[in-house]
Amino acid sequence: MKRDDCFHALKRRLTDEIVVATYTSAHDWIAIAPRDLNYFSTGAMGLASSHALGLALGNPDRRVVVLDGDGSLCMNLGTLVTIAAAGPRNFLHIVTNNGTYEANGAHPLPSRNVDFAGLARAAGYRHACTISELADFEAQIGTLLTTEGPVFVDLHVVPGAAYPIDYPNLYRADRREALKTALRAGR
Amino acid sequence: MGSGPAVASDDATTSLHGGRIIAAIKEAGIDYVLSVPDITTAGGLLKPISEDNSLRLIRVCKEDECLGIAMGLAMSDKRALILIQHTGLLDSLNALGGVAVEFRQPICFMVGLLEREVDRPPRQSGRFRIRIVEPILDVMGIPHHLVENDKDIDVIRPGIEAAYRDNWPVAFLIGRPPVAS
Repeated sequence: MKRDDCFHALKRRLTDEIVVATYTSAHDWIAIAPRDLNYFSTGAMGLASSHALGLALGNPDRRVVVLDGDGSLCMNLGTLVTIAAAGPRNFLHIVTNNGTYEANGAHPLPSRNVDFAGLARAAGYRHACTISELADFEAQIGTLLTTEGPVFVDLHVVPGAAYPIDYPNLYRADRREALKTALRAGR
Repeated sequence: MGSGPAVASDDATTSLHGGRIIAAIKEAGIDYVLSVPDITTAGGLLKPISEDNSLRLIRVCKEDECLGIAMGLAMSDKRALILIQHTGLLDSLNALGGVAVEFRQPICFMVGLLEREVDRPPRQSGRFRIRIVEPILDVMGIPHHLVENDKDIDVIRPGIEAAYRDNWPVAFLIGRPPVAS
């Protein structure tokens, strides 16, 4: 299952959700689905879900989808506990899992046998699952987008097409302003 | 019998009241407190905050998470205060640089200086990690204010308001354990 195929499937189901994407997922996502309701997190690897938690708390009537990486999540596993305890019902946490620190040279994670959905479930997420086939993701994403959160999905993927890697473009201040404006307009 | 005037126990220059800090936080429009417990502020500040229904407390596992949560809230026009220990601040420098400084975000910290000696400025502390806090904030261009008595509390509201006006972080360094009244 290719990551960009999953993202195309996600894009087809989106309406007014905020999408938080980080590192390699962010490079794919901005090429596939440029929109004002995107948010590209920075600060340290692993904080995408933390940024998303703040957005979910601040916008309780709007769904927040975070496109995390398995390497990123490994750098901030405590986030699962923090998010589960905060309990945002509008939170969908998708981890694209390819077993590597892809943004840092695609070296492997210390272990490729981590059950991330199990970790999320044990931390207290209301729903957690693992998906390895594109057809299954396409069949389930609509339901996952409306299931009461926090919801966790471990997507077992391989990289798809190569998208431009352009961090300055990703982190442009006007993107954040566009998101703020869109959020204010929706209140 | 002493010959001089008695020193009041609530002298504004020698005592620090958590309740007054909380009042200043509320006056500054803070909606959320994001915290990893710190023994300096655990009893006199975090505990009363946890019992105050007008503030939403988010208990966080690790301090750098607070930076992301605070930025997400700021993007949503919600104000947050991060209440942590100086060791956690030091552990979060990468996030502090990326989120607060490079992205110019109004991240407001209240940082307990664990085991800081009250008889000398933090820069002259005998404890290495206390001594380096203010110089590190200086290097990062982050304004900071030492809060070690009730008179110092006056800096909190304008400091937070300036952070949100200028989109720039601020740190309040809690120099002694507040009392909970």
